[in-house]
Amino acid sequence: MRTRAYQHSLSGSTVPPGESLLEISELSLRFGGVKALTGVNVTVESGTIHSIIGPNGAGKSSLLNCVSGLYKATAGEIMLQTQSNQSGTTAGHGTKDLSKLPPHKIARLGVARSFQNIELFDQLSVLDNIMLGRHIHIKKDPFIAMFWFGPAKRQEIRQRELVEEVIHLLKLQEYRNQPVGALAYGIQKRVELGRALAMQPALLLLDEPMAGMNVEEKEDMARYILDIHELAGLTVVLIEHDMSVVMDISNRVTVLDFGKVIGEGTPDEVMANPKVIEAYLGAGE
Amino acid sequence: MVMAAVQTGRYHRSYKSELRLWKTTPQITRMVILAIVLVLIPLVFDNYWMALVNTALIASIGAIGLNILVGFTGQISLGQGGFLAVGAFTSAILTDRMGVPVFFSVLGAVLLTAAVGMIFGLPALRLKGLYLAIATLASQMVIIFVVRRWDFLTEGQGFVDVRRLEVFGFSIERANFEQQWYMILLVITIFAAFIATNIFRTGVGRSFMAVRDQDIAASAIGVNLTRAKITAFGVSNGFVGLAGALMAHYTEIISWERFTLDVSIQYLAMIIVGGLGSVAGSIYGATFITFLPVLTRMMADELGGVAPTLRQQLPAFEHAIFGLTIIVFLILEPKGLNRIWERIKEYFRYWPFRY
Repeated sequence: MRTRAYQHSLSGSTVPPGESLLEISELSLRFGGVKALTGVNVTVESGTIHSIIGPNGAGKSSLLNCVSGLYKATAGEIMLQTQSNQSGTTAGHGTKDLSKLPPHKIARLGVARSFQNIELFDQLSVLDNIMLGRHIHIKKDPFIAMFWFGPAKRQEIRQRELVEEVIHLLKLQEYRNQPVGALAYGIQKRVELGRALAMQPALLLLDEPMAGMNVEEKEDMARYILDIHELAGLTVVLIEHDMSVVMDISNRVTVLDFGKVIGEGTPDEVMANPKVIEAYLGAGE
Repeated sequence: MVMAAVQTGRYHRSYKSELRLWKTTPQITRMVILAIVLVLIPLVFDNYWMALVNTALIASIGAIGLNILVGFTGQISLGQGGFLAVGAFTSAILTDRMGVPVFFSVLGAVLLTAAVGMIFGLPALRLKGLYLAIATLASQMVIIFVVRRWDFLTEGQGFVDVRRLEVFGFSIERANFEQQWYMILLVITIFAAFIATNIFRTGVGRSFMAVRDQDIAASAIGVNLTRAKITAFGVSNGFVGLAGALMAHYTEIISWERFTLDVSIQYLAMIIVGGLGSVAGSIYGATFITFLPVLTRMMADELGGVAPTLRQQLPAFEHAIFGLTIIVFLILEPKGLNRIWERIKEYFRYWPFRY
């Protein structure tokens, strides 16, 4: 979807809205005796904002880490749809099981993420950080890079054009050349979002993008997420603690507690789910 | 003053112009002046100083190589001396024993050192920080062992004589030895610095820096950590091999004593003093550390009348100064000489304002 002055689509997915993009089935993760996740089933539809909520220690971040390959699931499948179902002749065509792949290969399939504790490249500028988001789309031959003139330079300029659109979209222009380590927390969170966006992801995983922000910053961040969703039609999986934000911007919500899914549905359905209320507020008298 | 000040208020109209290394007329002027100074150096200095300058140039190439690994990719290496030895002995043996033209023997040395570096870089896939330092220490020991003990390499003597340099029919004259070498080394050093700079303004180099700053995030954006680390070891040791090969042809005799652990430490000192993660800093640091013992000696001679112990205990004094320099830099300016130079430029750019 191309809108406004932006020349590049930020979505890397060809799966049309409404089809399932990510299917997590019977996913379990154990660290020794600790069961972080037990038999989790989640289906993320293409083109939605899908929130994952739950009390602290429910396994939300673990789930995201499994999807992006940083944790290896003990059991279960994480199937990512890389092409539309209709274009395939047989069932299961164009799907990849992420639970078997290393993180960089998952990234290459278009799964981008941000981290709960900001994990930016501190010594590099905002521009370099977002340019690094283009890593999967560029040629990295050191022999071409060495001589700069020619292909290396052309590639830098070509990638820069898309990166500048991300910078514009997230209003990061004034920080472009500053090292990210020196920037304010809220800006760093935005840079991290930008780095993930520059990947032109098929699936965007955001781990608490609004943690530790004040109300105004939260509103800004919610607006950016909605913008991205509307402009690019991106599928977003969001972990967030702020219920009002979650209920406002999500299409679907999955609730985790003690590593198990205890509720799923639209925000309204989840709000009315007695199990969810119990998990958050404790059992009724 | 005028030269430095006009950088403010300059806006780029294309990405191309922003990507230039030297963007403003004063910057270009500064580089031209530097070039003239560099060309005039052999006319001013005598052979003693020229020998030092040449040593510093070779050390610069080696330091750039080490900086690519340590400063840019964050993988500590204590095997610098060993890798220099690989480059030096490869090129020496290729030219002397096998009659390969110098140009190709140097190229061979670069490639072989890169390959050896990649093999010894394998522990980096599993180890970090101090543990990696110890693993690379092993490479130092293994290589020096090979140099000293493998009979078919050095006949068990640990040294090789190298014939005087001859490239494409041009041979170095005894009378102008240092001056001619200076010109060759200057060109090669500039070329090496240019290549290193290019690597770090494109995707490959950025992925190295990503590995240094946050390896988990790097893998999440699609950087193959294995490949990035091994490539870094290869590229870095390519430069080190070049330095080693040049060292062989310049000194015309190489022995294992020139490539001990001390050398590895000295190179680490160069990049710490010069500035980790900076190509220019590697050159500043290499120059500084090369000239440091000479300056120490001169100082000891000057002060010899007042404190004769300084002259008597010169080696100990040199070591003390060396250690002191590293400590002072680590405490006062961990980013090294490069950062100091940048701060000076900033001061003039914003003058008369503070910031």
